[in-house]
Amino acid sequence: MQRIGVFICWCGSNIAATVDVEKVAEVIRSEPGVVYSANYQYMCSENGQQLIKNAIREHNLTAVVIGSCSPRMHEATFRKAAEAAGLNPYMVEIANIREHCSWIHKDREEATEKAVILVRTAIAKVNLDAPLQAGESPVVKRALVIGGGIAGIQAALDIAEAGFEVDIVEKNPTIGGRMAQLDKTFPTLDCSACILTPKMVDCAQNEKIDILSYSEVEEVKGFVGNFSVKIRKKARYVDETKCTGCKVCMEKCPSRKGLNEFNMNLNNRTAIYIPFAQAIPNVAVIDPEQCIKLKTGKCGICQKFCGVGAIDYTMKDEFIERQYGAIVVATGFRPIKLDNFNEYGYADNKDVITSLELERLMNAAGPTDGVLLRPSDGKHPKVITFIQCVGSRDTSGCGKPYCSKICCMYTAKHAMLIREKYPDTEVHVFYIDVRTPGKNYDEFYRRAVEQYGVDYIKGMVGKVYNENGTLMVQGSNLIDNTQVTIPSDLVVLATAIEPEPSVRRIATLLTASIDTNNFLTESHAKLRPVESPTAGVYLAGVCQGPKDIPETVSQASACAAKVIGLLVKDKLKTNPCIAHPDEMMCNGCSQCANVCAYGAITYVEKEFRLGGGKTEVRRVASVNPAVCQGCGACTVTCPSGAMDLSGFSSKQIMSEVEAICKM
Amino acid sequence: MTREEQKENILRLSGTDVRKCMKCGKCSGRCPAFAEMDIKPHQFVSLLAQGKVETLLASKAIWSCLSCMACVERCPRGVAPAAVVEAVRDTVVRMQNANGIRAEDIPPIVDELIPQQLLVSAYRKYNK
Repeated sequence: MQRIGVFICWCGSNIAATVDVEKVAEVIRSEPGVVYSANYQYMCSENGQQLIKNAIREHNLTAVVIGSCSPRMHEATFRKAAEAAGLNPYMVEIANIREHCSWIHKDREEATEKAVILVRTAIAKVNLDAPLQAGESPVVKRALVIGGGIAGIQAALDIAEAGFEVDIVEKNPTIGGRMAQLDKTFPTLDCSACILTPKMVDCAQNEKIDILSYSEVEEVKGFVGNFSVKIRKKARYVDETKCTGCKVCMEKCPSRKGLNEFNMNLNNRTAIYIPFAQAIPNVAVIDPEQCIKLKTGKCGICQKFCGVGAIDYTMKDEFIERQYGAIVVATGFRPIKLDNFNEYGYADNKDVITSLELERLMNAAGPTDGVLLRPSDGKHPKVITFIQCVGSRDTSGCGKPYCSKICCMYTAKHAMLIREKYPDTEVHVFYIDVRTPGKNYDEFYRRAVEQYGVDYIKGMVGKVYNENGTLMVQGSNLIDNTQVTIPSDLVVLATAIEPEPSVRRIATLLTASIDTNNFLTESHAKLRPVESPTAGVYLAGVCQGPKDIPETVSQASACAAKVIGLLVKDKLKTNPCIAHPDEMMCNGCSQCANVCAYGAITYVEKEFRLGGGKTEVRRVASVNPAVCQGCGACTVTCPSGAMDLSGFSSKQIMSEVEAICKM
Repeated sequence: MTREEQKENILRLSGTDVRKCMKCGKCSGRCPAFAEMDIKPHQFVSLLAQGKVETLLASKAIWSCLSCMACVERCPRGVAPAAVVEAVRDTVVRMQNANGIRAEDIPPIVDELIPQQLLVSAYRKYNK
């Protein structure tokens, strides 16, 4: 029988306001095995921890139960305190009487009764606890960054700066991401490419960074410190080591109908192409959907003209497998599709464009060489109307329920830039709210209004229709309580952003959790904002939630700091709560190995004595303690009940259930 | 009925949650009868949320609404301004004690001059 000490925390008024903590401590005192019970205002405080340590020493406690907040908050704190007093840290059990009790109940009497049951349950478990020793696992000193936009670039540069090797896996032929497509950046209006491309070059030149462009993550195995990742290098039909980026192939290529994704499909590109002038790597790629040679077998012009013999039409996808200690996810975003919003006439009118398309129309490297010309007839638009919140803050099911966060600022930027460059242009902005929290952000927006005379109209647009080539924008002016119709030459939709859809697959591969909007979930919204709940996986940029460039960069650097903090360790303590088979009961059916998500279970042939001098060789399960994560999938799958989990044994779970049922 | 009861009643008849409105004005931005209405579609939602029932009941706009449902179709928050208009109209009619028509009685009195939307509105009303 254990000598158990029970400690009930008030958590200030968080628990004590709803649960009669003194009564819980009092009632529990008479439980078998309990030799000490106390309650205290803040168990996690220095004094609270001292109370636990003193009690362990004075009463020779062999096990401790804490009735407090979730073990996710303070289990580590209390285990450390117990260890300091000479107890095995795994002899500590937490009864969650805050999140599971006081916070969710109103009736004090019922909550107190439930708290007693929860503590009693923990006592039942601790009675069967055995001391456990944490093992150690090595850390692979290399990081993987998934996504080569500004988030991935920044994270990789910071990690490399600390001396660790980093691989950037980017699915497109070049790194740079969305930021490379932008013209200017708010609130300073500096040129996006001018501040991004030096960082891209830094990545390429840094010997610690390996850029795997036109590649995708195929498979992830392992765990924190020891991830094993299979990467598919897609066939680019151009030898990266030979291509010099001279672009002769692009000049000669006869297939010129491919849509230019980099320019948001506003113009065409050749089948063999380099996405933009400052692409990294500056290496051509062949679009197999457009290439005449790959489709019909006839052509081969690029190969003929390539001076270095870099073209290889027989190239196949390649797979490489690498080990990493940590993974940063930085998969970014895309603007949503506008199929659900036919009221804005996007599909029917060439001159209704998205804001990202406008970025390309304003960019010197864009389809119009930076001259703002409308797509339909190439004329200068004289009246431009912006519509904000297109698809954002939409709970009707057509769009996204969240605020996309960046649109207010980039719309103000666009409006301002247009008025600056083309002062004879009239600019209107329909808005619901202008949201500009951030340093120098509201000042920026007000400048658009006060200095540049942009006409902000509080109200939403109901419809856009084409009347003899003029776009009629009909909407509300809520301040005047009128309905207005603005004849416009160009309409720009501040389109909502959503996580790049491939993030779903990445999340599944990493067993990282994802929310209903496909944003990756952070471990704690406030205190662990860059960590995924999956150990060793970190989140940077819009894959975690809408954010602008400064925030993305901050988050990427924060990720890097976390990764460096992990990689700098030589060994990680492993969780001793892992599975182990009872070999005498194991019938070698392999079901546990099939369900194991970590590949921790293998089978071995073992000789067993049967008595009477006879032996028998049987096939039994064997768990790799460094790989097992203690998820318990094998224990519930095992048909013979041979598999069990240290610290969460079937016996312990059953005794907990019994304690709950015993009234 | 007290004013509060009347508000609850209109809310119930409309079946819409006016608190979901984020005051973007898209309903009024789309409304084809906007010019004819003394109270605009977005104001129906806002006035009901504030419980200003007298203003709603005195509105002439309930007779200008075409029941075209464009506002319902376009609302990004799933609010139905036209349903509020409808509920107010319903309340006014019932208060006038003019609630005598049953759906079955309609066919004999239909003539070619009756606007379609009147019929649509009537069917919707009596199917509640």
